[in-house]
Parts: sequence; C-alpha cells; structure tokens
Amino acid sequence: MDLNYSVEERAFRDEVSEWLRDHLPADLRQKVLEYRHLTRDDLQRWHSILAQKGWVAPSWPQQWGGTDWNVVQRYIFDEACGYAGAPPLVPFGLLMCAPVLFKFGTQAQKERFLRPIYCGDAFWCQGYSEPGAGSDLASLRTTAVRHGDRYVVNGQKIWTTAAHFADWIFCLVRTSPAAERKQDGISFLLIDMRTPGITVRPLILMDGEHEVNEVFFDDVEVPVENRVHDEGKSWTVAKYLLGHERMNTARIGTSQRELEHLKEFASMQRKNAKPLIDDPRFRDKLSHVEIELMALSITNLRFLDQLRGGRAPGAEVSMLKIKGTEIQQALTELMMEAAGPAAQPFAPVAGNDRFDRFMASLAPRYCNYRKTTIYAGSNEIQRNIIAKHALGL
Amino acid sequence: MNFDPSEEQRLFAASIERFVARDYTFETRRHVVASHDGYSRDVWAALADLGLLAVAIPTEYGGLGGGAGDLTSVMEAIGEALIVEPFLATVMGSRFVARTGTLEQKNSLLPAVASGKLTLAFAHSEQGARYDLAHVTTRARKTGAGFTIDGDKRVVLHGPCARTLVVSVRLAGDDTDQEGIGLFLVSTDVPGVSLAASRTLDELRAADIFFADVHVPANALLGETTCALSTIEDVVDYATALVCSEAVGAIRFANSATLDYLKTRKQFGVPIGSFQALQHRMVDMVIEYEQAKSMASLACATVDAETDPVRRKRIVSAAKIRVADACRRVSQESIQLHGGMGMSDELKISHTFRRLTMIAQQFGDADHHLERFASL
Repeated sequence: MDLNYSVEERAFRDEVSEWLRDHLPADLRQKVLEYRHLTRDDLQRWHSILAQKGWVAPSWPQQWGGTDWNVVQRYIFDEACGYAGAPPLVPFGLLMCAPVLFKFGTQAQKERFLRPIYCGDAFWCQGYSEPGAGSDLASLRTTAVRHGDRYVVNGQKIWTTAAHFADWIFCLVRTSPAAERKQDGISFLLIDMRTPGITVRPLILMDGEHEVNEVFFDDVEVPVENRVHDEGKSWTVAKYLLGHERMNTARIGTSQRELEHLKEFASMQRKNAKPLIDDPRFRDKLSHVEIELMALSITNLRFLDQLRGGRAPGAEVSMLKIKGTEIQQALTELMMEAAGPAAQPFAPVAGNDRFDRFMASLAPRYCNYRKTTIYAGSNEIQRNIIAKHALGL
Repeated sequence: MNFDPSEEQRLFAASIERFVARDYTFETRRHVVASHDGYSRDVWAALADLGLLAVAIPTEYGGLGGGAGDLTSVMEAIGEALIVEPFLATVMGSRFVARTGTLEQKNSLLPAVASGKLTLAFAHSEQGARYDLAHVTTRARKTGAGFTIDGDKRVVLHGPCARTLVVSVRLAGDDTDQEGIGLFLVSTDVPGVSLAASRTLDELRAADIFFADVHVPANALLGETTCALSTIEDVVDYATALVCSEAVGAIRFANSATLDYLKTRKQFGVPIGSFQALQHRMVDMVIEYEQAKSMASLACATVDAETDPVRRKRIVSAAKIRVADACRRVSQESIQLHGGMGMSDELKISHTFRRLTMIAQQFGDADHHLERFASL
C-alpha cells in the first residue's frame, strides 16, 4: 500500500499548479478569496481560459475535447483549481447536460449543443426541482403535450441556479400524465431560455444574494428534436445525471484552501491578548475540522483508486457529498466565529464609508452555506441512498 | 417553588402579544428594517403606551420597578416577532443610570425613557476587544471643568437609534486593566462624535462610533465613579439574561414553523414529518427549547435576586452557553428541515435563523462563557 501520489501523478499536479499560477487572473482569484459575487462575465472569462488550454472538460470523450485523464488526474486537476482559488465552472452544461448527451443524445444533438458548451458560448441551467417535487423529484408536474413536431410546455421549476443568465435549460417534464408509476412518462427536453412563454423570477436567499430562481413555462413551444432519449423514458436519464451532479460536491481542494485561510485569519484575531489560534477551545474545533478533512481526502482517494478500473460510481459519492458539505459548513461557521463581534455588520447604511466588506461577508457566507446540505440531493436523501443501495436496508 | 408568572407579568405578556399579532407582522418588520431609521417611532410609541418601556424603570422615576423576571415574556415576544426596535439597548442604558447615576442624572433620564421620549445605547465594544469587558482603550482626560474623550467604539448595537449613549472610557491604567474604567453620558449630537452606521445580519442598526476631542461637562460622568467594571459586568449579565429570553421566543417560533412544515409539506405522498429520521430531529429541537427556557428563567431570576457577583456570573454564563448551543442547533436544523424554502429571504424562518445566529454570540459566544464559567 502506498498512500502517496506516484511520480507521474506528482509531476501532473505540479504541471497543473504551475499553469494555474501563470494563467489564473489575479483579479478573479482575489474575488474568490474575498468571497465576492462572481458575475456571468467572470465565470465566462475563466471558462474561456480553460477552454483555450483544452482543460475545460477533462471528463468528455477526447474527440469532443476531453483530456483522456484518468479519474485520479481529474481529481488532482479539480482540487488544484479549488486550492488555487479559481472561480467555479458552471456545471450544468459541462458536467450535467454534456454527459447526458454523450450517453443518450443523437449525433445531431451532440453536434449542435456540445461545442457551445465547451467554448462557454452557451450557459445552461437545470430544470429539475419543482414546488411539489424536491427530494421526491419523480412527482414533478410540469407537462409537455405533443402537437405535431412540437411540445407545448406548462409548469414551474424552482431553485433554478443561474436561470437568470443561462441561455438554455434542460428540463424534466411529464409527457404521459396517465402513466401508472410516477417514474414513467417523464421526458428530458432542452429548451432555449429565449423561447416566448418563459418567465424567470429571482428568489433571493437569506444572505441577500440572487443565485436561484423560479422559472415559469406558459405554453412554451419546444421542437421535438430537442427531446433527449425516448419519450416517457427519461427517469433513467434523471438518475444518471444525479450521479454526475454529486461527483463534484466534496470540494476538498477548496476546503483545504479555506482551512489555511481560517488559520491565517484566526492568527490575526486576538483573544485575551493572544492570537485566537492559540486559544485552546478554538484550536480544538479547528483541529477537528482539519482531521475530518484529512480523512475525507484519503477516503476520496481510496474511492478513486477503486474507480480507476472504470467501475461506475455508486453510493460512495453520497458519502463524499455528506462529509464534504459538512466540512464546508464547519469552515464557514468557524470563520464567522473567529471574527467575533466584528461579524455582526451585514450592509452599510448610506454615508458609511468605513464599512469593512470582508468582515461583513463572513456571517452571510455562513448563512449561504446552509444550502450545501440541502442542494444536489439533500444529505438526508444521500443517507437514504447509502442505506438502500449500499447497505440493503 | 412557583413557575407561574405573576398577574402583572401575565398582563405584560398579553399586551405585547396582542400588539405583535395586530401591529408587528413579518410584513411590518420588513418595512421597518428597510426604512431610513431602521426602527419605527410608531412602534416605539406603542411600546411606551403599553407601559413596556417603564417596566424596568424604578417607581420613583416614573417606572414600574420591575426586574428581568418581569421582562421575560416581553423579551420572548420580541424574539418571536423579531422586533428590531432598540428595546434591549435602552433597557441596558437605563439600568446603568438607575444603578450608578446621580439623582440629577436619574431625574433627567429615567422618566424620559419610561415615557418613550428617550432611547439609549451602550457604546462599549472596541476593535480587538472581542468579548473582554475590561478592554477599554477609549480615553477620557480631565480638561478644565470637564473631560475630553478620544477613541473608537465598534458595532454599537442600536447606536444610530440612540439620542444618548452610555460610553465606557479609560480614565486610568492600561488598555485591559480592571481598574480605571468610567462611564459617560454623551449625546450623539455633541461635536466630535461621528457615526458610521450599518445593518447587522439580524437587521438591527449598529454603528461604529468615533470620538474625536469630544468635550463633556464633569456631570456627564455617570455616578462619579472611576471603577465601573463591576457595573458593566452587572448590566451586561442582566442584558445577557434578557437576550436568553429573547432567544427562547425565537426558538419557539423556529420550532413551531418547522413542526408546521413537517406536518404540511408532502413528499413521496406523505407529510415529511412521518419520516422517523426527521421526527427525532424535531424532538431534539423541542428538548433544546425546554432546556434553553429553563436556563433563561434561571438567569433572569438570578440577575434579579443574586447579590454575590461570582454566583451571578456563573449562572448567567451557564445560561448563555446552554442557550447559545440551542440557538445553533435549532437554527441550523430548522433551515435543514425546511429544505430550500428555509434558505429563502421571503420566509420568516431564515430571518429567525439570522437572529439566532447573532444571539449565540451577543455578549459573548459559548466559548467565552465556558471559559468564564470554568474559571469561577
């Protein structure tokens, strides 16, 4: 047994890190490190830089721009990006729609949609959750009724991240309302966000940010050629995609960077005339998170080692999601705690030109990160998956 | 032993609950926090009319002579409704005056507080002080017949709403010495006082307050004392007991909203409250509530009756630790059990989360109080 990266893997990691040092724009990195809001332009800029390098979609088949890296290399790359403070890639096109097209799409669909996703010309969002269909996704009610060569879509999606700047949305819709099982009669449609009848309404989260939306469909016409896979058979597609969604939720590299940031921040804060990081109570909490993260990074590598042979990921991704998000939340909580009373301010009132925006970002960030144990399949659902599929309960 | 509220306490509770139900809906609050001042003068006047601003003022100064025990239900109602008006800050300020003020100071301030004409705030915390009450670097030196104050205060809760501040200053000694701290009454419109205002995470108004060469007369020194730390500890413990009660109210709302959600939200064809994994978590939240309520009651009773400061500090710290843990657990679980809805700014539950998060650290977080509890 050897828990270290091989010589080749280390060389690869160095190559990636060096490239990131030279090509990650300082202003974007600074925005990420200071927890500032990233605009569509920011996200697109970083996407283009990676696309030009040929690294924007490592997991894709090589003929479409993939890098032919193995799972360990892909992990090394993702973690190096997170660690360096690179902006996130919007996952809905690259990591969700594209894998579906590779597995279920027609040649024409691949040719039409993949290139714009790769180049960052088209941003996508995900039309999954509905007001009555969250954890119980299969009870979705948005309908698509076929009229000749078009579907007419009616209904509502909710919690749709990035819908306010996305060009396309992939949607689960019900094409056969009379189906016996609720998992039957579901189809997968690709819908241009500019189609008449689509309304996007912002949903402001508790930190005051606009990330997610409600998307309303009112007699929205979608060409039948935009349906992926067979009509009514797309519950398989939905499940396939959810597995991909959860592959990237552990975010170990990002947490490692945040942990270092926390240590640095806590050594600048003072308690009882000493750096806070020397306070035994605070240090213990920080150490516990560090140990959890250490364990998770090795657990993750162990799982990757098993997947190297090409086996599809199973319930272990649920475990990574649970622990990864718990660690992310603990880190935001400790940052807020480290700031102490200085974490109270949220927004300046007119005329206040001495407002410390970084300090004021810590508590809202803690609030915002409560979402991580809810989104992409709540941690309760992940535990159900492990109980059912891994343990046979 | 008798845990029942007195007749008078029942009346206070009933009057504020009626007021909240009629005049302080979540929608009202939304307008109030977005307004210029961040609090409503109408609401303040209504609280005065109900006699609630007089509860804690001694009878000889136009008050009702009540203690923390009499304010318990008021604080719970404030927590439940997320009232943002400067009630606690004003109660703290008036307790400073009542405890240490000269007759003249009491006469000029306390009746005005009781009738709703005067709002107060305690300008104490400073950069780097964290929760150490003895950390005071704002200096006052004797100049002519009065004093001159220089220094900065940070995140003074309800500072922008106050007409008069109780300001802690260092008259002698080093930055964190126990001795040599004084308290001044300073109007916010005195030359040299400037405010940088903000909204806090829980939608209260706060201010960094800067004192540059601020001249105050000799009679602005509260109680003519240069040894105010024990008074500060007394008042902050009193306020901590009250904020524990406020937390109890906020937790009660969080629990009832969450329970309601578990019963009404359906997934997989059944209410999500039928899942045992969620039932047990809801039960734990209810246990947290009961434990927090017990400790808040104990803390309020203690600050009213306990004459030994060491025993008082131990109990108040114990209560704050227990309540902070309950704040954390209930707030986090209530959002998680609400799912995406809990993250939405539109729902009151997310604002209760924000208030509970801030109460957990107000007047010292659990670590701070653990340290104090264990050392006594």
